Amino acid sequence: MHFGHHRSVALSAAVVLASAMGITLGASGAGAQELTGTLKKIKETGEITIGYRDASVPFSYLDGDQKPVGYAFEICKKIAEAVKTNLKLTKLEVKLNPVTSATRIPLIANGTVDLECGSTTNNVDRQKQVAFTNTHFLTATRYVAKKSAKLDTIEDLKGKTVVSTSGTTNIRQINEANTARSLGLTILPAKDHAEAFLMVETGRAAAFVMDDVLLASLAASSKEPGAYAISTEALSKPEPYGIMLRKDDAPFKAVVDEATAKLYKSPEGKVLYETWFTKPIPPRGINLSLPMSDPMKKAFESPSDSADPAAY
Amino acid sequence: MNYNWNWRIFFEPSPEGTGTYADMLLSGLSWTIATALCSWIIAFSLGSLIGVLRTLPSRGAQRVGTTYVELFRNIPLLVQMFLWFYVVPEILPGSWGTWLKQLPNSSFYTAVICLGFFTASRVAEQVRTGIETLPRGQRMAGTALGLTTWQTYRYVLLPNAYRVILPPLTSEFLNNLKNTSVALTIGLLELTARARSMQEFSSQVFESFTAATVIYLGISLIVVTVSSKLETRIAVPGSR
Repeated sequence: MHFGHHRSVALSAAVVLASAMGITLGASGAGAQELTGTLKKIKETGEITIGYRDASVPFSYLDGDQKPVGYAFEICKKIAEAVKTNLKLTKLEVKLNPVTSATRIPLIANGTVDLECGSTTNNVDRQKQVAFTNTHFLTATRYVAKKSAKLDTIEDLKGKTVVSTSGTTNIRQINEANTARSLGLTILPAKDHAEAFLMVETGRAAAFVMDDVLLASLAASSKEPGAYAISTEALSKPEPYGIMLRKDDAPFKAVVDEATAKLYKSPEGKVLYETWFTKPIPPRGINLSLPMSDPMKKAFESPSDSADPAAY
Repeated sequence: MNYNWNWRIFFEPSPEGTGTYADMLLSGLSWTIATALCSWIIAFSLGSLIGVLRTLPSRGAQRVGTTYVELFRNIPLLVQMFLWFYVVPEILPGSWGTWLKQLPNSSFYTAVICLGFFTASRVAEQVRTGIETLPRGQRMAGTALGLTTWQTYRYVLLPNAYRVILPPLTSEFLNNLKNTSVALTIGLLELTARARSMQEFSSQVFESFTAATVIYLGISLIVVTVSSKLETRIAVPGSR
């Protein structure tokens, strides 16, 4: 009882502190013409910080020289250029900061990282903490299995052991499908994608349920790319990936949205897509062979930052 | 910091559909406790045996004990976890390997065995030093009384040694408790894994890990309190 009382005091103190900080931020951003938020910070320091992932092929990952490369990373470099032009800076230093799925949101929130370039799904829960710019990719939940197992639809999985990465929307969807369609699955959670794939490779699980684009890249970079097949039936509608930035920073978001919309609509956007999804990519020259889908073409024609899969 | 605090998140339903986020963390806590206790049983019994082996007069026994300790103490726990989970089923005969892979809750059993064997090497060292700390005269007195080696250990050496090493054993117990979090790498949904899923599902990163920290601290404090009570009760008279 005594302990509980102390804890609730501590909790409410934290809440008060947090809201006080929110108020100060809002108040300092009241000037009409002056720069605010992230744009102000970039102008003053002459620096922009991009957060990258180390193994999110082909969105953002380290190549053979341990330098970040990738589709989303290239988009972020374009955004940085647009910010530089917008602020009329002669020089803008682009700083790089590695992030993981656990650190990406706090690092955006506390100001360490200005743009997060990776494979982050844009959803309503995340929008409580961060903002997203226009969608750069759409992916549906499917599964990968060994070709020899001859699995292709969701029904084929009945009674089997499947794996998914813990804490993802995908594991939530397979759990729901398992209950709704009474598939009798054993669902194993894995720490990350590489380990989940290892479970299929070693036979600990029959299938790995994940975003289809990630499955394609895992299969393509495995020891025997030809031994795996991705299911044709999907567990979800295509969900949007977006680049994250701080929320409640409308001027910065406007610059970023404009830059991405311009890029996606231009022929350059199409070339960028083709470079990373239909051609051999570093470091090992694998080819994901994922030509642009119809919803993806639409997302590029009319860029949107909506989290709703139905909008694409 | 531009962060949306929400401490009520614990009482919101988790997307797994089996209760709130708090329930999710509590189910993680129960796996953590189950893993810690089961592996401690292995660690304590096997560790005592190996520790005793290292103090026996027989050279062969000493060598077996030393080999065990050096092998399990010097390989990082994470590597051991992977070896038990991914490599052992491959080197077993085909049908056994398949049986092991299909076993329900196999990550729990693997974690218990791996942690048990790893912590046993550390307990063994505590037990050995505990026995070696005792005055040599105690062993001699046992022999002089006509006790066998087994009886000397059972009635003279071990009861004293365990009392001496209780404080470091408490540390080992707490290490073992915290090491259970390594099992998240093989898919055990213990407390840390649950805190991670919670932050992924809800995007409330700081709330999730604060809760996990408070829970770990809470259990550790309980263990320390119980252990210090036990220490006072079983102290060798005159030694404190």
